[in-house]
Amino acid sequence: MMLAAPVIAVALTLVVGAVLFTLLGHDGLGAILEIFVKPLFNPYRWQDLLVKAAPLAMIATGLAIGFRANVWNIGAEGQYILGGLAGTGIALATLDMSGGWILPLMLLAGIVGGMAWAAIPAVLKTTLGVNEILSSLMLNYVAIQLLYYLMRGPWKDPMGFNFPQTAMFTADQTLPMVVPGTLIHLGVPLAVAVALTAFFVMTRTITGFQMRVVGLAPKAAAFGGFGAASTVWIALMAGGGLAGFAGILEASGPFGQMVPQFPTGYGYTAIIVAFLGRLNPLGILLAAMVLALTYVGGESAQTTIGLPSAATGVFQAMMLFFLLATDILVRYRVVSGRAAPKTARAPGKAEAEAKSGAKTGETKVVTA
Amino acid sequence: MTAKAAAPRLELKGISKRFPGVVANDQVSFAVPAGTIHALLGENGAGKSTLVKIIYGVQSADEGAIVFDGNLVQIGSPKEARALGIGMVFQHFSLFEAMTVLENIALGMDDPPPRRQLEARVREVLDSYGLSLDPHRYVHTLSVGERQRIEIVRALLQEPRLLIMDEPTSVLTPQEVEELFKTLWRLANEGCSILYISHKLHEIEVLCESATILRGGKVVGSCDPRRESAKSMAEMMIGGSLKDLSDKSDCSYGEDRFTVSGLSAPGEPPFGTSLKDVSFSVRSGEIFGIAGVAGNGQNELLAVISGETQAGVTGSIRLEGRELSQLSVGARRKAGLASSPEERNGHAAVPAMSLAENAILSARSRMGLASGGVIKGGAAKDYATRVIEAFSVKATGPAAAAGSLSGGNLQKFVMGREIMQNPAVFVVSQPTWGVDAGAASFIRQAMIDLVAKGASVVVVSQDLDELLELCDRLAVINEGRLSEAMDVKGIDIEKVGLLMGGVHGSEIDGAGAGRAADPSHAPAKRPEPAL
Repeated sequence: MMLAAPVIAVALTLVVGAVLFTLLGHDGLGAILEIFVKPLFNPYRWQDLLVKAAPLAMIATGLAIGFRANVWNIGAEGQYILGGLAGTGIALATLDMSGGWILPLMLLAGIVGGMAWAAIPAVLKTTLGVNEILSSLMLNYVAIQLLYYLMRGPWKDPMGFNFPQTAMFTADQTLPMVVPGTLIHLGVPLAVAVALTAFFVMTRTITGFQMRVVGLAPKAAAFGGFGAASTVWIALMAGGGLAGFAGILEASGPFGQMVPQFPTGYGYTAIIVAFLGRLNPLGILLAAMVLALTYVGGESAQTTIGLPSAATGVFQAMMLFFLLATDILVRYRVVSGRAAPKTARAPGKAEAEAKSGAKTGETKVVTA
Repeated sequence: MTAKAAAPRLELKGISKRFPGVVANDQVSFAVPAGTIHALLGENGAGKSTLVKIIYGVQSADEGAIVFDGNLVQIGSPKEARALGIGMVFQHFSLFEAMTVLENIALGMDDPPPRRQLEARVREVLDSYGLSLDPHRYVHTLSVGERQRIEIVRALLQEPRLLIMDEPTSVLTPQEVEELFKTLWRLANEGCSILYISHKLHEIEVLCESATILRGGKVVGSCDPRRESAKSMAEMMIGGSLKDLSDKSDCSYGEDRFTVSGLSAPGEPPFGTSLKDVSFSVRSGEIFGIAGVAGNGQNELLAVISGETQAGVTGSIRLEGRELSQLSVGARRKAGLASSPEERNGHAAVPAMSLAENAILSARSRMGLASGGVIKGGAAKDYATRVIEAFSVKATGPAAAAGSLSGGNLQKFVMGREIMQNPAVFVVSQPTWGVDAGAASFIRQAMIDLVAKGASVVVVSQDLDELLELCDRLAVINEGRLSEAMDVKGIDIEKVGLLMGGVHGSEIDGAGAGRAADPSHAPAKRPEPAL
């Protein structure tokens, strides 16, 4: 049933979404078809799906490692931006150089940048006990302001007609395409490789075991010799590192430069992906495709049937909402309150009746 | 007795209950007259829990009838059971840790009175039954023993006519057991029937007037415990003869192997017990006991020794001269120090994980269940299988979830997991809590075998009988302080009881005549009701 919950959630999202947009005066059924069905049958859209799904899967994989251990890193958006910025820093410093070492260095810088940003909530949590949900979330806004400052100040392209953006990356700083003639860049197979690696780590290594034990039974983890601090660090470094990696892959791939529009909410959507994928790296690959569909379909629905751009967000939010709801309902059962028969409520009274021979207890209620 | 109603308070007629693959109860019939204390005996898995769940309305029987005070009843829920006047004290508590004692009691009631009124009633019950408990304390700050008192108060508040008690004395001092028995006798004399489940057969001998013995879901006999011995009852439960623990008097002690000196540690905030200057040493080949009432620093001591608590700890812990107090949990284990905490579910084992994974939890370094950070799945499975076989754990195999095992079987697995690593020192808390007679004697024998090989064992237990049977020396912990160690041979039970209750040093010497060691140091016999 735990595996059925995401399927039910997606189905409910489609049904309720159709009703909702019909009530709002749109063609509800058409919107569903446009967003969730048509991109699947349009081979030209498949590459878009993969390109959108890759960063979502990569970030969600990192988050899921922490979520398993109940470390709630909500700051993937900021870590994604910092990863992009760190890699961009390398790119801007090497604009005049060439060589195969530049791109790997940028990617490494991206990972380190994301980790560094995630290290802030990790330090706060392990030394002062600061709740990582709040600290990591708030750092997202700091990261966005840092991005805006760099775009409008020090990193602005001197030849860019005063547009707030960096210079275009050189060929040595851009991700190669893996399928010639398409948009499918190196980040797509990398995302799959990361998910497979994470699957191995979570199921076959002591580190993965540690994360699972901490999530299931924190006291047992302490008994087993897994420190609370090391768990927080592993969780945030995995989440931050992979978010930063996704960030630099986006910057050096689809963007090819750094722009203020760089953050597109992948860091938040990845939270939905992680849960929809049941915190399992393989499930996350599938869930990333579903969420990518809302992006790709949502964009095309804007032009074809004039759906507002907010529709994408509405569908994503509904999906998380229904997922959380079905998770609860899979585990629990709604029981209507049934009061005990009045006569039997007060023990004294029941006793009196029992003594007088009244069969108070007989065939009262039998329910399954 | 004949003056009481002719119909028994509770009569079971041919109760059967089947679960997929197992018959939990098979045509169980017996009767409990009004005002009697009736024992329900049987090993873990004999069907006692299922039976009382049926009586309390938690589960429904597939076949059979329940007659209460002469009326045929269908008990569809605990609420209906309570309405009939059936109260129950469960072995596993259902308490909300983040709420106070009073709030928990109110939540357990179908029709709670206003707060102030309830508090007055709770205090009345506490006073009249001599139970000490602060209604405003938060449950998470309470010891196991104190938590159990909440459950007892909960049941007593309903003024029950049939009280079901599942393992109620496992966490009490001898004096507290005596108090509880007085309470139960008083209740019985007031006409309340008590269905009493316990593995402590010495207590049943004293407390109960009749007993029904279950084995494999069937009634295999009944007896008058006052005319039986603990051993004869245990043998009826097991359906075979009980092996006596091998005598360890012939084993010789070696050097001091494990020495704790001047150990102090702050308690868990806000209400934990801090450890104050705890010192003791254990020789090789020796079992050292730490007696005491729950919540006097036992859990803190175990966490400090195992390394789970490191903050604010002062003092030294030495194993064969090597200082351990600065080492991590894993490093201590590698050095040969194994431990097993009181709580099995969620502390010594992860319920949602398989037994093989639970083997990895604490045996991975000593048993080589991982290399280079990668789990060796086959080795973990093998080790779990070996533990299951050597300790006769009833489980479907190494892939069974730890949470699917009964308490006694999980404890056997946990003990086996630690003992089969051949530790130099094994520190264990409550090794046989809630474990049936057969399994308990198995676990005790395993510890005796371990010290026979030259290891040292420290047993922290609230079960004094167990410590007297097992240990060579013991000390008493009270409010975080450990008493002088005493030789178990010729020990003064009265003195131990007083130490457990917090009376120290010179006060005891003045207390005069103490009772000599007697494994069945039992409370006084039941007074006859005044007619």
